[in-house]
Amino acid sequence: MEVPMAFLVAIFFAVSIYLFLSRHIIRILLGAAILSNAVNLLIFTSGRLTREIPPILPAGGATEGIVTANPLPQALILTAIVIAFSFFAFLLVLSYRAYQELGTDDTNEMRFAEPEEQKLPPLGY
Amino acid sequence: MASSAKEPVDISVAMVTDPVPLADWLIIAPLILCTIFGAVLLMVRKDTRLQPIIALPGLVALVVIAAALLAHVVSSGPVTMTMGRWLPPFGISFTVDILGALLTLTGAIAALAGGIYGAGDVNNSGRRYGFYPFLFLMMAGVSGAFLTGDIFNLYVWFEVLLIASFGLLILGSERGQIDGATKYAFLNLVATTFFLIATGYLYGIFGTLNMADIALKAQAMEEKAPLVTLLSLYFLAFGMKAAAFPVNFWLPASYHTPRVVVSALFAGLLTKVGVYAFMRVALVLFPAERDMLGWVIAVIAALTMILGAMGALAQTDFRRLLGYLVISGIGIMFAGIALASPGGISAAIFYALHSMIVMTALYLASGLAARASGGFSIAGSGGIYTTHPFLAAVTLILFFAVSGLPPFSGLWPKVILVKASLDVGAWWLAGAVLLSGFLTTIAVGRVWVLSYWRPAPEAAAAGEEANLNPVIDYAPLVMLTAIVVVLGMFPQQILELSQVGTEQLLNPIEYIRSVFPAGGAQ
Repeated sequence: MEVPMAFLVAIFFAVSIYLFLSRHIIRILLGAAILSNAVNLLIFTSGRLTREIPPILPAGGATEGIVTANPLPQALILTAIVIAFSFFAFLLVLSYRAYQELGTDDTNEMRFAEPEEQKLPPLGY
Repeated sequence: MASSAKEPVDISVAMVTDPVPLADWLIIAPLILCTIFGAVLLMVRKDTRLQPIIALPGLVALVVIAAALLAHVVSSGPVTMTMGRWLPPFGISFTVDILGALLTLTGAIAALAGGIYGAGDVNNSGRRYGFYPFLFLMMAGVSGAFLTGDIFNLYVWFEVLLIASFGLLILGSERGQIDGATKYAFLNLVATTFFLIATGYLYGIFGTLNMADIALKAQAMEEKAPLVTLLSLYFLAFGMKAAAFPVNFWLPASYHTPRVVVSALFAGLLTKVGVYAFMRVALVLFPAERDMLGWVIAVIAALTMILGAMGALAQTDFRRLLGYLVISGIGIMFAGIALASPGGISAAIFYALHSMIVMTALYLASGLAARASGGFSIAGSGGIYTTHPFLAAVTLILFFAVSGLPPFSGLWPKVILVKASLDVGAWWLAGAVLLSGFLTTIAVGRVWVLSYWRPAPEAAAAGEEANLNPVIDYAPLVMLTAIVVVLGMFPQQILELSQVGTEQLLNPIEYIRSVFPAGGAQ
């Protein structure tokens, strides 16, 4: 099961990198969303995919010798999903504000912080 | 055996049963303090007058707690506190050694300076948008990253400080800020995602996230897993956070856009967290793999310091010039990690402390200079030496310190680093350190000559005379400069501390024993 998942993760990464290469903020944003999902799947796969019972103690207390599913990757992914979601929300608003304020979503034209023709510092005194 | 539900379960096999010693609560005290103050300040953010009155005692308390933590760690070695009482590696451990405690203390001092300066620099709208709450939440992230002993937890603290830094970065919502913030936000998001990818692989290889546990298991894992690839991925992630050469371009694009005090805090705190994280991962977790990557790190370090200094030479804007100097300093710290000899690493630790203080002070000084002379452009300003001689004198001290000239704090780490690189025959690395220091001297010397020494150009002199408040404007600058002078004149104590910290990094047996008192995981 891990091998098909590895290919799926690879496709996710490829799509997100392709979108990151775009000049338009909105595509980069979509790339960021897909990238975070790629990472979540990667963590899920690296925790090994086994079909076992849920890791919940039965009523009688702990029993030896029962193999349960690994809960840790799910806890990690849950944390990562929350973080990625809040980042995505922030970036979405930031991109919208950038489009409103700067009048473009093309990163090549966003030159307000670093103007295109910068003066050299004075060479004499 | 399962039927004995009535029998009391022996929890000592899985849980910490001893109560936590009172002194060990110091480990998480900075985080508790920052989070509580952040929350309280967020609730009263409409009351702009109250904000600094609440925040400044909180920042002073943070410095005191961090100093107490350092004293505790110095006297009793690395200390560990495990959350939820689950025995490590299952509970999340916070483990502090001298490196973490030193950086926490220095970060708290830089934050205090920023907090005082912010009382004068951040206007009411900036306060209403939450300058102080964001400052405390960012400090929670920074201290958490320095104190944690769990690598996924380290990732979470990175995200905490990152999202707080977004808030600080766009505090004024000006055009340039939004432009700079867009680049900062996306590139830093990519960097932390690389960190998360690497951590996912690391979990797949080791099945644990506790750093002491990984350090133990990595020794046995050699050759069986692609650990060099893993370390390279971490190097990329942390190099991007720290703004090392090929992935540094987010820093000069954004650091000059926010308020001066925000730039100062970023320059002092954020990039150093990346350096710290790489030190921890490369030296404690994967020392054998680091030896294989040593030459790559050395080349990156040399390029970062030279190109950073050259970038500084080409700038007309004082703050952008300082941004490139931050990058140049990162190269010097990475050079120490590349050598990985006791001298190299203690130089890197010392330089990190020096750089946190000096870069914060320089940004604050640039803000005062801009107010005194009417702008950040070194082409259009001048005459500060005649109008504000005290500011000019303090800035000159900082310029000497950042270039590594005696008698200030930049000198000693560079001396140790040059000697350490000559000891292993890396003359080119020693040459790069000296050349970057020389280029830095030219760059800041030009700022000094043009902005400070030169008589004011007529256009700038027409602007209104700036009144600088002797307390809230000068006090943080003088405080930081005093540290720079004292570190330069009497470096012995910090030098010894960084040497002990280096030993703890290179031979992490005490670090591991503090997490696993019984002598190792089963």
